Amino acid sequence: MANTYRGLGKIGLQDEEEFVDILEDKRHCSDLSFAFRTFSPPPHKGAAPCSAAELNKAVLESQYLRYVIQEVAVETGSSVEEVRGEVRRTLGEMSQNLQLRFIRLMAFTFRKVFKRLFSAIYVNVEGLNALQQAAQEGPVILMPNHRSYVDFLVVSYIMFSYDIPLPVIAAGIPLAGMKIVGEILRGSGAFFIRRAIGSDKLYWAVLSEYVRTIVRKGFAPLEFFVEGLRSRTLKSLPPKLGMMHMILEPFFKGEVFDVTLLPISISYDRVLEESLLAHELLGVPKPRESTAGLLKASKVLQENYGCMHVNFGRPLSVRRLCEGKINRCQYNHMPRDLPQKPNAEAQACGSWLAHLMVRVQEEGSLTSPWSLMACVLLQVPTAALTEEGLLFHQLTEQTLWLRKLALDFGAHLSWPGGCAMEKASDPDVMSSAVALHRSVVYRKAGRVYLLLADEPERKHPPSPEEDTMRTAAAVLMLASYRNQSLHVFVRPALLALAMSVTKSTQRDELLTCFCFLQDVFGNEFIFIPGRSSEDFEEACSLLKKCKALHVSQREVTVSDAGPEVLPFLQELLRPFVDSYQLMFRFLCEESDCVFTEKEFLPAVRAFATKLVVSGELPTYEALSSDVQKNVLSALLRLGAVTKIKTSENNQYKVNKTAVRRTGDMLAGRIPPQITQAAPDARL
Amino acid sequence: MASNSSGDSSSRHQTARHRLSVIAGHLQRPADSNAAVLAVECKAQGTTPNIRTGVRSEGRTVPRRRQEIMKWNGWGYSDSRFLFNKKGQAEFTGKRYRLSGMIIPGLKDWLESTFGASLQHKAPATPILNSSAVQPPTVNEAFVEELRSTGVPFSHEAEDRVFRSHGHCLHEIFALREGKIGRIPDMVVWPNCHNDVVKIVELACKHNVCLIPYGGGTSVSSALECPPEETRSIVSLDTSQMNRILWIDEKNLTARVESGIVGQDLERLLNESGYCTGHEPDSMEFSSLGGWVATRASGMKKNIYGNIEDLVVHIKTVTPRGVIEKSCQGPRMSTGPDIHHFIMGSEGTLGVVTEVTIKIRPMPEYQKYGSVVFPNFEQGVACLREVAKQRCAPASIRLMDNEQFKFGHALKPQVSSIFTSFLDGLKKFYITKFKGFDPNHLCVATLLFEGDREKVLQHEKQVYDIAAKFGGLAAGEDNGQRGYIMTFVIAYLRDLGMDYYVIGESFETSVPWDRVLDICRNVKARIVRECKDKGVQFPPLSTCRVTQTYDAGACVYFYFAFNYRGLSDPVHVYEQVEHAAREEVLANGGSLSHHHGVGKLRKEWMRETVSTVGMGMLQSVKDYVDPNNIFGNRNLL
Repeated sequence: MANTYRGLGKIGLQDEEEFVDILEDKRHCSDLSFAFRTFSPPPHKGAAPCSAAELNKAVLESQYLRYVIQEVAVETGSSVEEVRGEVRRTLGEMSQNLQLRFIRLMAFTFRKVFKRLFSAIYVNVEGLNALQQAAQEGPVILMPNHRSYVDFLVVSYIMFSYDIPLPVIAAGIPLAGMKIVGEILRGSGAFFIRRAIGSDKLYWAVLSEYVRTIVRKGFAPLEFFVEGLRSRTLKSLPPKLGMMHMILEPFFKGEVFDVTLLPISISYDRVLEESLLAHELLGVPKPRESTAGLLKASKVLQENYGCMHVNFGRPLSVRRLCEGKINRCQYNHMPRDLPQKPNAEAQACGSWLAHLMVRVQEEGSLTSPWSLMACVLLQVPTAALTEEGLLFHQLTEQTLWLRKLALDFGAHLSWPGGCAMEKASDPDVMSSAVALHRSVVYRKAGRVYLLLADEPERKHPPSPEEDTMRTAAAVLMLASYRNQSLHVFVRPALLALAMSVTKSTQRDELLTCFCFLQDVFGNEFIFIPGRSSEDFEEACSLLKKCKALHVSQREVTVSDAGPEVLPFLQELLRPFVDSYQLMFRFLCEESDCVFTEKEFLPAVRAFATKLVVSGELPTYEALSSDVQKNVLSALLRLGAVTKIKTSENNQYKVNKTAVRRTGDMLAGRIPPQITQAAPDARL
Repeated sequence: MASNSSGDSSSRHQTARHRLSVIAGHLQRPADSNAAVLAVECKAQGTTPNIRTGVRSEGRTVPRRRQEIMKWNGWGYSDSRFLFNKKGQAEFTGKRYRLSGMIIPGLKDWLESTFGASLQHKAPATPILNSSAVQPPTVNEAFVEELRSTGVPFSHEAEDRVFRSHGHCLHEIFALREGKIGRIPDMVVWPNCHNDVVKIVELACKHNVCLIPYGGGTSVSSALECPPEETRSIVSLDTSQMNRILWIDEKNLTARVESGIVGQDLERLLNESGYCTGHEPDSMEFSSLGGWVATRASGMKKNIYGNIEDLVVHIKTVTPRGVIEKSCQGPRMSTGPDIHHFIMGSEGTLGVVTEVTIKIRPMPEYQKYGSVVFPNFEQGVACLREVAKQRCAPASIRLMDNEQFKFGHALKPQVSSIFTSFLDGLKKFYITKFKGFDPNHLCVATLLFEGDREKVLQHEKQVYDIAAKFGGLAAGEDNGQRGYIMTFVIAYLRDLGMDYYVIGESFETSVPWDRVLDICRNVKARIVRECKDKGVQFPPLSTCRVTQTYDAGACVYFYFAFNYRGLSDPVHVYEQVEHAAREEVLANGGSLSHHHGVGKLRKEWMRETVSTVGMGMLQSVKDYVDPNNIFGNRNLL
């Protein structure tokens, strides 16, 4: 497992790709005639078309479900017919009903909406061509990242425009609950998955057989979000593995020759849900998905959201990727239809692939000027940013410096004026970025300020806590745009952090610390399991490339550009380090060693707010529920916190010494030790 | 066992020799069995007028000097081969086969369109064996001296030795065509009977000579390849002259036969008495009874007659430890693990099979061919599965995929009458236009029914009824019969391909029913992908057929071939692809081999196939039976 991911460089984005604006070449034809265009994807070489009803029938009659139904009937004491009825209902709730007429409706609506929302939707045609090729050969899995509700059907829309077979899409069940819209989504190919499946064996069985049947039949590409959810922070999320296994199993068991994974990176200049997401992170509940809500949200349609880039990665063959990682003979001894838990090898392989896909998605995403500006802006203390602002020309200068660094680190930029046609000067680029993001910042008298939301009318003056929340919302919005480009810097930044933590130049010490940091921040940033030393090497070589470090066999020392680059990178991770330390402190200071998740989040938020108000805590990001949850997961992984009850209310037990020790290691007070975290094998 | 193998080897030798001589003494007596032989041979002689004089006077096919009738660097008889005549039409020469002397108009197009081959690009073979390329023999003088005194014929001639140095793997034939000759036997001996073999084995043990048994030479597992690391003198023990039917037991329906007899002779001779074994492997023209036993062969009509393990009643084998055989001819025994199963599949590593009692059956009253066209391969497999489920498989049922169906078409000989071609056109129209079968998906099953007339017709109806349920259409006797005739000429076709830069081979496996479709698809796709990855410039032919059905699974045969123009080391590429294909077979739940055996070609997978303990069991048998590795072909283990 150690030597994984051959040719990382080759897998991701091909060098500079040409992007075309799909709105541009369609602007001159009417929405209606676009929606009624002849849709003629090239025929699949092996797979026959399969209607929704045929698919459901195949699932229902599968040997696998027959086994499971039998089992469940025995376990629950109900009759086989009853269980079958249950399965039928579940399938009804789940199943897609892909029909071209719905796609046409969707295409019509989307085109109207997209033209209003976005100035351009760029796609890389080469990637699409490769996809079209792959779609004729065998089952294709489309794996976009998930940053906005818009992601959901944009891929189908592009497929429709380019004569590529339309995908069936895994969606969360709340969407199905929307009146009419739910049915339209179904007709557009969505199938719906319940959120908390837990240990519902029958549901798992139906879902997995449904997914496997789609893969086996290969009549349509399957689209799913490997991160499982929309990322509230615009950072990548740790991949969910259940779906990944369902997709891999038909290959492992030889039911298909190969499965093609197609990573898709969707990057937004500006995300529709930006403010909603920030508030959600601060504990304001997400509005339920409803048609009424959707209509109400139509006011977001009044605004401009800049460009959207949809970058189709190169098709990846699961067969090639898994070479030497999986022994397919293990399925020779039992009927393949028998319910069987994937063994450790298969799980590790799935986890590795899922993480790999997230990494490839990251590599394929485009970094906007605004995202780099956000990185720069967040290095200014928040109070200063709201009160005094940052000189615009300073912002420009630093952003350009960062742009160079990002390019050194191999980032793909969506810098307007990349092509000669629309040559724009750099200050213009940044002015327009500020203008586009007037919901976050404003410019006044040559300075750029963080914009706080309007105060609601109220009788008494706002409390310091209320003020904090207002600022936090603005900071989190800004932070989410910084997060869009964090993957570019994270490995070098971790090394820079390791250097400041250990105060050492010894390579092996730094590696140990680097691994420790990867471990601690394992939920914050996504690393491919078992690749720490490669990640370390990568960090070294990138920092060497930008002349920040000298790297020798034994030592890593600061070089010319180091004093500029390293503090910047350390500062980039500061909010995370501070937030983690705060949470560690909170857990150690709590008198009670046992708490539930429900109690934990508000308590820690109150604690953080207090410290922010008092000026003790410099970062507002500690208020984000995302960081709070990540700390908890990290501590669970490191064994400093243990779960004691797994029914409805999760209870946690803190090992204060261990938490304190982790904090001390993170602060460099004691040398880090690698706690051998078991390979992530959640399903 | 352990104490045995670590015992003093010279004393062990002596006991072995003693036992051999005692057994040999027993065997010199049987006067009554000689009479039976004579009786049979009289019959055989009666038929000699029909057999041409080039063949041995007794009417046996295989002479001591195989080169008199067979190719030294290709398949089969010297007089039979495919070639492109002056008009550029394919033609099959000779008089032996139904296809002989016929023009095959479709072959050129098929060859060109399937492989991108061209008649302009020829890769001719070295025409004659260059004796100077052959290493001089390593002679064990003492062994030769003593052997001479026994009167068993032998030879050191280069041609004789080269003939016995190979089977018919692609790399073996390819090397011969290029005139490259590696390690070959140093000497060939031709025992005439069991006793001769006993003497030879005894002498080989005494003088530490390596023996490699040779039957029909049709191996496709590198089993006959001489281990290059072997430093002893290698003696090829050619059983071809031990080819008599010793007796026929009409009360029990068995026959005692010497192991060197080849399939076609065995069937012909038994036919003369009104019997048959019904064992018809595709290689039956040349492969021998002893070879079948040593490799666990399977015949086309196993559904009626059984595979070799079902046919054999008694086996006599000469090993370095002595002769191994059972004490009686009981049809089944519960006497511990069946010792026959140590011999069957031993691939010449334990000794030489000399005589076999084999079941015989009265010749079938009636034979009928048939064929069924299916809209696609999936339906065809489903039909075969149903036939197996109902246990009503005809003598033979084979399902070819679409590529093979097209290939079969390309091999249709020129039809003389316009009426026939019109009829063909009509059939095609009916199937593709009227029934809507896609010519790029349809596939065909060939059938052979045997038995008494009434039952055959009844059986036929049952099978066609099942086929109809899976969308199958009866497609006539001719198509079926042609399918089976093709079996025997296909091997010749590889030589033609090699004349035009096309190399290829077949391999087989057995697999549970639920895996059949998956394995076919995946292995074929793997071959295509590997060829592409390895730089093969033209798309390969990658095709399969289901050739046998069992209760719990089927035997699948793959053919693959490609045009190797532009490759610097085509055989290496070929071997890599074949290796990958075998890995794919195993990953898809297929067996290492259904009937070709392991030899040296598939040895590397034996351990995972039979488990480490299993290997140990086989190894300990080898260690006991042949402690000095006299039977040193190094197959299997």
